[in-house]
Formats: sequence, C-alpha cells, structure tokens
Amino acid sequence: MKYFRLIWKNAWRKKIRTSLTILSVFVAFLLYSLLSAIGYAFKGGIDVADAERLIVIDKITLINPLPVSYQNRIAATDGVASVTHASWFGGYYQEPQNQFGQFPVDPESYFAMYPEFNMPEEQLDAWKRNRTGMVVGQELADAYGWKVGDRVPIQATIWTRKDGSRTWEFDLEGIFSTDDPRGSTALMLFHYDYFDEARAFGQGTVGWYILRVTGGADPVQVAKAIDSQFANSPSETKTSTEAAFAKSFMEQFGNIAMIVTLILGAVFFTLLLVSGNTMSQSVRERISELAVLKTLGFGDRSVLGIVLSESILIMLIGGLLGLGLGWIIVQGIARQFAAFLPGVFLSPAAIVIGITLMVGAGILAGMFPAVKAMRLSIIDALARA
Amino acid sequence: MRILQQIFAVTWLNLRNLPQRIASSAVAIIGVAAVVLVFAAVLSMAKGFERTMLTAGTEDTAIIMRSGSTSELNSGLSNDQVLIIESAPGVLRDGDDAVISAELYVIVDVKKKSTNADANVPFRGVQADAFDVRRGVRLVEGRMFEPGKNEIIVGRAAQQEFIGLDTGSSMRFGQTEWDIVGMFDAGGSVSESELWTDVRVLQGAYRRGNSYQSVRVRLENEVAIADLKAALEEDPRISPDVLTEKEYYSGQAEGLTQFIKLIGYPLTVLMAIGAVFGALNSMYSSVSARGKEIATLRALGFGPFSILVSTVVESTLLALIGGLLGGAIAFLVFNGFQVSTLNGVSFSQVVFDFAVTPDLLVQGLYAALIIGAFGGFFPAIRAARLPVAQALREL
Repeated sequence: MKYFRLIWKNAWRKKIRTSLTILSVFVAFLLYSLLSAIGYAFKGGIDVADAERLIVIDKITLINPLPVSYQNRIAATDGVASVTHASWFGGYYQEPQNQFGQFPVDPESYFAMYPEFNMPEEQLDAWKRNRTGMVVGQELADAYGWKVGDRVPIQATIWTRKDGSRTWEFDLEGIFSTDDPRGSTALMLFHYDYFDEARAFGQGTVGWYILRVTGGADPVQVAKAIDSQFANSPSETKTSTEAAFAKSFMEQFGNIAMIVTLILGAVFFTLLLVSGNTMSQSVRERISELAVLKTLGFGDRSVLGIVLSESILIMLIGGLLGLGLGWIIVQGIARQFAAFLPGVFLSPAAIVIGITLMVGAGILAGMFPAVKAMRLSIIDALARA
Repeated sequence: MRILQQIFAVTWLNLRNLPQRIASSAVAIIGVAAVVLVFAAVLSMAKGFERTMLTAGTEDTAIIMRSGSTSELNSGLSNDQVLIIESAPGVLRDGDDAVISAELYVIVDVKKKSTNADANVPFRGVQADAFDVRRGVRLVEGRMFEPGKNEIIVGRAAQQEFIGLDTGSSMRFGQTEWDIVGMFDAGGSVSESELWTDVRVLQGAYRRGNSYQSVRVRLENEVAIADLKAALEEDPRISPDVLTEKEYYSGQAEGLTQFIKLIGYPLTVLMAIGAVFGALNSMYSSVSARGKEIATLRALGFGPFSILVSTVVESTLLALIGGLLGGAIAFLVFNGFQVSTLNGVSFSQVVFDFAVTPDLLVQGLYAALIIGAFGGFFPAIRAARLPVAQALREL
C-alpha cells in the first residue's frame, strides 16, 4: 500500500492509453452485469424456491389437468401439512403480446402456501368477499398502471365462458408484493370457484397442486407416497420439489447458460488481450525506470508487485464502474421486463464473481510483463537505455 | 492527381510495415472479430428459428381454430364444426373429397438429449390427408402408422434432439405404449419437431371424445382464403379464426424472434463500443510507433492529409480482417448448430438450426467497418498534426 502513489502515477503515465483501457474494461463489466442479470431470470427463481413446497402435476404433461378430487387425497397423505391448487388461464390483457401468469386459485389456502407474498389484510378480505375480484403482484400493477378498484378485462385464449364470450372482467381488489428482491410478483390471481362455474368446459379439474410437507418429513418420500397413490389411475401424477420443477421448466428453453457463457468468454478473451497489450507496452517503455528502481534497492518481488498492482488497479477502476452502472440499469429494466421475463436480478453472487474476475484478469494480463520486469538485469536494462 | 498519388504511396508504405506492429494490430483485429462473432452467433438463432417456422407456412393452406385461440394448443373444435369446414367454399377437392386434416395437438414429456431433462414435445393426431395439406413432408424411414393402432411416426429433428425416438423402439406415455414405426422429413420446418399418430387413437388415449383442435385444409388457390374466411366467420355455428398457414406460423415465430433481437442488437452495440476503445488503443500505439516514419515523410514534403488517410485505411483494414475472421468463425462453428427451445406461444418444443445467413455476415462487416473508421479517426488526426521538428528530435 505504501507504493500506492507510485503505482497510481505509473498507471497514468500515458493518459489516453490508460483511459481507453479502463473504458474497454468498463464496457466488458457492464455487459457482464447485464448478461448475468438476464441469465438469472432464466434460472426461474430456483434460489427463492421453498424446500418444503412440492408441486404435483400430471405425469404425461404439465398441460393435462388433474381431478379436483385429488385435493383431499393429497391432504390425507402422511407428511403433507397443507395443500392448495392453481390452474393455467392463459389469457391476455388488451393485446395478445400482454401475456403473464393468470391463475384461478383458492384465496385462503393459496396465500397460506405463499407466505412471501404480502398483502394488506383488508385487501385480502375484500378479495375473498368478491367472487369476481382479483389480486395482482406489484410488478404487474406497475407494468399496466392498475390501481385497486379498477375493472380489468382479460381475453381468454382457452377458456370460453358458458355464455360464449371470451372476455372475463375482474375487479382489482388488492396488490401484493414480496420483500425478496429476487422474487417475481408478475402474476394475477382470481377465484377458482367463479372460474370453474363460469367456464364452458373442463369443470372439476385443476392445473396442478402445491403442497407443503410437515416439518421433518422427507420431501422425496412424500413425493413418492403421492405418486404411488395415483399410479395406474387415469391421471397419474409427477411430484417434485419447487426447485426441481422450476429447473426442469427453465431447462426447456435450452442451454441459455451456454450461450451467455460463450458471449462472456469472447468478451473476456478480448479484454485480456487489450489490457495485456497495454501492460506489456507500458513495461517496455519503462525498462530504464524499472532498472533505476532496482538500483535504488527495490527487490524483485516489489517490482513484480508494483507492475501487477497497476494492472489490477486498472481492471478494478473500469470493472467497478461497469458493474455499478450495470446495477443501476438492471434496477431500471427489471420492472419493464417483469411481465414477459420476470426475475431479472443482479445477484450478490454475480457481483462477487465479477470482482474476482477483475482481479483474476488483472493478474493474468499483468503477469507476463511483471515477470519480465522482475527478471530484468539492471546492467542490461541501463545499457539498453 | 498528385494528392491521390501521395495518399496511395503513404498508405502502401504504412501497410507494408504493418507486420512489424503485429502485436498491437492483433488486439484490434481480435477485438473486432469478437464483436462480429457474438453478433452473428446470437442473431443466427433468431434467423434459424424464423426460418424453421416460416418454411412450414404456405399461402395455399389454411388453418382453422376456435376464435381467439393464440395457438393450436388452446383451440378446440367439435366434429360437427369439422363437417361444416369440410363443405365450405374454397377448399380444394379431390373428386368429391375435400383435402382436409382435422387434428389434435397435445404435448408429452420426452427427455432432451442435450440436457437429459423433460421437454414439452408436440404430439399431433392427424388424418390421412396430413401429407397432402402440407408441402414437402415425406416419410424417409420405416413406414406410415396404421390407422387405429398405437403407432407413431416422428419428425427428423425430434428424433435427433430427443431421447428414445428411434424407428423400431417404443415409448410409454401414461398408461399407453406406443411403437415408433417411421420417421419423416419436412425440409427443416417446424413439423419436424413433432410426433404424429392417427387422430382417432390420440383422441382415445387422451380422452378427448370426438373433438379436435385445428383443421388444415388445402385451398383451391391462394386467393380462395377470402371465400373460406367469409363463409366460416359468418356461420354462427362455428365463427372460427381462419388463417393461412403462413400467417399462423409468422405469428408463432414473432415472440421469440423479437426477444432475441431485443437482446442481440443492444448487446452488439455495447460490444462494438468496447471494440472501438480497443481499436483506438491499437491505433494510438501504431501512430506513436510510426512517429519517426511519419515525421520523416512530412519532412520530405508529404502532406498531413495523406498521413491521415493512411492511418484511417490501416485501421479500417484491420477491422475488416477482424470482421471477416469473426464472421468465418461464426459460420464454421454455429451455422447448422441444432438446438431446441420452448416456444412460449405454442408451449411446446421447436427444434431449429442456427442460421448464419449472408445478410447477417454483411451486417457484421458493416459493424466492423464502422468500428474501424471510428477507431482510426482520432489517432489519424494526431498523426496528421504530429509536430515534425519535435518528432524528429525524439530520434
């Protein structure tokens, strides 16, 4: 640290070159933060999954409905503390592009199952009393500018009403939010009872069940017990933990992680070249100075440290600025993306990895010139100058 | 003319000693190559997906679904409604029989080879005319399924992408055992991602009674769609959505294509900005390395303008080499690379190839040239303004 001033002065020896290098690093880490935030959304909220929640779906495919009568049989299974259900509505608001999660649910048990959603008590009560009421997450309310009291028409793509119409109107009774910045609230909930009564077909079925295991029960055993109960019935089930369900769903999109990694790989490879080149140039120009330093009694290790620190310093300045701007941008776009790609989030893990990458890239880029500087023989270097 | 000769002479001199500055030039080249590589790779996904979806769509095939359904999966039609469609105007007839296929579209979980995880694979029940309402679909392996039997034919892409779909093997979905008896080719279109069976068998296996989800008809000609539309949409017993297959598949392609472009273009712009900084760095080094050369030229009477041009040309040329390199790598590595993704609109898997098309490569080269021009301009000004006396003294 006592050499900081020397390192700082060295770094700014060629102002344009250092500035340009810092700007390249800045862009690289800006990209890094944006891509990891988007990549995070493709993990589908695995980090926020509750280990005690299980999802029960039809064994053949998620889109096949399950009989509503399964609710009691699942609830009676050993190790099940509570159970609720949801169904896929698949409608849109105004334009077909405006699709988001719309689930007919049982209000009481659904909110009990998801304690991470906070909604004022009086709004929850108002919703329970209003059969045609709905509640939405904060992200969704923001995206479409909805307020409590609004009447919102949703166009159905699957569920025609008994009267033949495709428009379902709901009164917005409440808005819920979550304290967890990683959690998404881009969804809309309404009464299953109303939905089941008003739809033209499909009565007596639900999309999937969500259950909570009792404390201490093994989720894997509970899942097995449920699936074997329905084996060889017309609707066989597949039960998995919330995390496994989210993971397998997101894996359907294909290897997004590979594509993101590839891009970042290309970016960092370029970055290393740019900064490595800068460092070796500046060492080359400074050979006589380094020789003087050594003559003055600086040890090999100190010279190595000084050159390496300079390289790491340049990376850190550019990298932290890039990461900082990335963080600000992510805060801004997360809301805008909420409806079609919920869960855009720059995770603390990504920030730590980013800083590690800065230091790592600094070491890699500076290593070769630093070793060269360390091995410098004073006589040769001074003679060359 | 003299000025042109001068520019030419200086540029030629400059380019001839380029190999001596290879290290810093390489940085500029590789920086630009990375931009073009990433651009072409990301956008080739959108291109490939679009191609797969659009190859399937022709103007003289109509698809009929329940009004308001955004995809076949959401739709539903009764047998009576199918009969109405069969006798509607505009439908091509072979003798007395309409060329029509009423179909059921469900999805089944099949494991993907690349991830070994379950994926929503489309499973379609078709009628005998399925091959006539679609262009370019032909059986290339095994045989056709027999009506009434639990037999499946699979698309080529599905067979390559998912586990256990080889001809001759069998699959269990729920409580039903299915034999895979053949494989079909559809010219790389979205149909190749599907499994097909007899619609009657599928109705039974999925307890769908006598209902269908979509009807495809071959039209008499490309303008017949208007007659069909008018007749059906005014019929109160059915009033469906009538689309040409082309319209239907462009709609299906839109969401994902837009999403990739929404990510891909800003990404490229950001990377290009980064590459401009890299190129600027290289060109400033190049100018300072050539300091005495430039000063000597100036002392000999060459004008500042020819020095400026020669520097910009050098930078643009380096960027062009980088662009070609990046484009070539993108083409060699990614063109034809097969992946499968979940199309949100149809909620089912679509298998497609990355398509590094000529227009993408051209766009990439444009980006490279812009990076090169920007990266060379400011250093070129410095080169042109180099004080001659001082630069010569620094020797």
